[in-house]
Amino acid sequence: MSLVNFTTREITCKIVYYGPGRSGKTTNLQYIYGRVPEARRGRMVSLATQTDRTLFFDFLPIDLGVISGFTTRFQLYTVPGQVYYNATRKLVLQGADGVVFVADSQARRLEDNLESLQNLQANLLGQGVDVRNFPVVLQYNKQDLPADLILTHADLDDALNFRNYRSFPGDALRGAGVFETLKGISELVLKRLAAGGAGAA
Amino acid sequence: MTRLNPRYRFENYVVGSANRLAVTAARAVAESPGMVYNPLFVYGGSGLGKTHLLMAIGHLAQEINPQLTVEYLTLDEFVEAFHAAIAAGQGEAYRRRYAETGLLLVDDVQFLTHRREMQAELLRLTNAVLSSGRQIILSSDRPPNEIEALDERLIQRFAGGLVIDIAGPDYETRIAILRRQAEERKATFGPEVIDTVAQLGLRSIRELIGAFNRLIAFQAVHPTPLTSAEARELLSRTLPATVRAMPPAAAAPMEPALAAAAPGGATATVEAPPAGSTPEAAAPPFELGAGMSDEFGAFLSEISSAVARQVEAWRGRVAEAVVRWEGEGYRTDRLQRLLQGEAPVDPDLVLRLYEEDIARLEALGKEMLELDTALAAHPALHDPDRLAEAEAEVARAREGLAPPPGPAPIWSLEDFAESASNRYAVRAARSVVDDPGSHYNPLVIVGASGSGKSHLLHGIGNALGKRAGLVVACLRAEDFVEDLIKAIDRDRVAWWRARYRRIGAFLLDDVHLLAGKERTQEEIFWLYNLLAEGGQQMVFTSTTPPESLEGIEPRLRTRLEAGLVVELPPPDREVREVIAARLLREKGADGDPDLAAYLASRASESVRALQGLVHRVLEAAEAERERPSAGFARQVLEGAPAAPTRRTTGNRTSGLLSPTGSLRSREKMIWDWPDAGDRLIEELR
Repeated sequence: MSLVNFTTREITCKIVYYGPGRSGKTTNLQYIYGRVPEARRGRMVSLATQTDRTLFFDFLPIDLGVISGFTTRFQLYTVPGQVYYNATRKLVLQGADGVVFVADSQARRLEDNLESLQNLQANLLGQGVDVRNFPVVLQYNKQDLPADLILTHADLDDALNFRNYRSFPGDALRGAGVFETLKGISELVLKRLAAGGAGAA
Repeated sequence: MTRLNPRYRFENYVVGSANRLAVTAARAVAESPGMVYNPLFVYGGSGLGKTHLLMAIGHLAQEINPQLTVEYLTLDEFVEAFHAAIAAGQGEAYRRRYAETGLLLVDDVQFLTHRREMQAELLRLTNAVLSSGRQIILSSDRPPNEIEALDERLIQRFAGGLVIDIAGPDYETRIAILRRQAEERKATFGPEVIDTVAQLGLRSIRELIGAFNRLIAFQAVHPTPLTSAEARELLSRTLPATVRAMPPAAAAPMEPALAAAAPGGATATVEAPPAGSTPEAAAPPFELGAGMSDEFGAFLSEISSAVARQVEAWRGRVAEAVVRWEGEGYRTDRLQRLLQGEAPVDPDLVLRLYEEDIARLEALGKEMLELDTALAAHPALHDPDRLAEAEAEVARAREGLAPPPGPAPIWSLEDFAESASNRYAVRAARSVVDDPGSHYNPLVIVGASGSGKSHLLHGIGNALGKRAGLVVACLRAEDFVEDLIKAIDRDRVAWWRARYRRIGAFLLDDVHLLAGKERTQEEIFWLYNLLAEGGQQMVFTSTTPPESLEGIEPRLRTRLEAGLVVELPPPDREVREVIAARLLREKGADGDPDLAAYLASRASESVRALQGLVHRVLEAAEAERERPSAGFARQVLEGAPAAPTRRTTGNRTSGLLSPTGSLRSREKMIWDWPDAGDRLIEELR
């Protein structure tokens, strides 16, 4: 779905925020939404339950303008984290160019993180994507919580980052690490697009 | 790998006291490559415009002389391409390519440090370029003698030309650069803002433009004009500490997006208001962005340069293709033109089409090699831009290999009238047909004109042609000569020869007519040897026995004698009667059995003369509305004149009357000459 289209001079990147429920995916998008000048952002679309849990997905289009002669657009999506929404996750993942895996840094959520990470890999594999070459970055969110509740960046890397992805500490609520993460995944995606790689099937 | 940035030209190179000398030298080199400072070595700190200057030289030199080949590459590219070429076994092609470049621009040679292998390669290249009068220009961030572990010989080579430095721009130059940037980017800033940036103390042009870019990005998302204080404030946050200590400053990435953006269309069904984020109360554990859009601006700037890099990645792919296909011996002008321009509509499509053309050329080249080795080196077969020409060339070669003219089908061996007088020749002919190339090779049939040589020759040819797969060339000597002349005229002798190499039998009529045709004789000599060696049958006819042939080279004459020479006497009465009967039968005039015998009894030296007699009798019979018979024939041929041919209407008619009054030929003649006076007037007009 994504491409560097030389004919229409457009670059479109689809980035999906993935992770267990309540890890902060939507918060990431909300923070970005708040920082993007109005002229450059589309409407953020969310389908949420009454308790603010993402039921379907969030969608935030960002127009970066014309860069090197190319109209550049990013489309940011989140998936519902809850285990039983796997069909939706698969749907949203289709055609993705990169994934930000938002992990919850709390020690008690480690299992959820692992489960979601495995689910991500299974879904990518299910779409014929070679996970070894697919752009993924990790964000360890909620690093602002008291130290005795959370795992450190290094601990989380040991536990989750066995593929040696780039990883960023984050506090999505206040915005720490949000743009760093977005920049990290964007660079990977652009690099891959330019090399002729396709997105998820 | 010519990929001169179209924006890097002398016209937009700001000249100040720090670079005036370098620019003057650069212009001199561009105007007369190889004539003034060679090599030209430009050095200066990072971001001072060395690359711009190198490319400007390339552009100007190419404008002055569009035929000049210009290559720009960084040392890293040079190294990578060299390694790739070596790995592909194309090291020599690679060296030749650069040594034959008219103007070679090598950037960033400071990375030669401790790379002995590449130093040796560059030394070799420099020597080759200098000795052939071509120009080489190099740039580095330091002078040659400060490049660590650089081969002394290289230092000397560089010193032999001109080593010149570019210093950081002074205040006035900085102002000029910033104004030009603003103009190019169509950005409007107050003079105090530009002054603020110029006074930051940034000595590198790249940093200077980076800071300026940051202001442009900021201005793009702010409705009100930027003030000097805002600019100072904005730039102070990201300025390197060294500069920050001086006046306020900044450093920013390059190439921010400027165009106004339209919001992307949302497609989902339910809208939620933007989350009430922007929490500003609690102190964050990490450093947060300062302003609301500033964080996005920084992101945008960084992504912009990433996009620019990736968008330009197609150049790398095209450059790789250039190295690869040049190594394979193909012209790459199309790809090189691509590299000189902006991003094409679809570079991968251009590459794919180019490679499809190459694949087609490969196929054509292979076919041509089989058709004609000499033509396989045709330049069009190595130039994808001349594919149509290459196709036509191969088509011509294919056409050329269509077999030469074969025997005329009207003459068959079965129809050849055999008698005691020609039995020897006919049997030899049959023997040749039964076992070609074995017994009588060549067979030379000697006989006077009209003795039936051609009939016998074509009869042999047709009989041989019936043998499976035997391609028979059967033609008159005059036609053979004419064909060769045409081939020489079109410079296609190679394919002309190739036509004859593939034949199974070679039958040449009237070989005596080759007298004095030295080149044709030479070609036949070589063809003879080739066919004889391959056991292919050859048959020649001649009016003169080979030993008496004049104007024929001895080496060919003796070869004709080497086979069997048979004489074909003029047709005897027996033969004439058979031929006459057949001719009459063919015309439906075989009612009188004595007619053929009578015609055969008339003395005629050749079959052709006999045919003439038959025609005369039949035409006269038709004119007289008589049944052709022996009696009528006698009347026509021996005296009793047939009724004179009546003139019908008009002044002119066709035909020439014979003394006997019958029609002798169909040549046109003028019956009534115009008056001499009329002719004179006609000529005067």
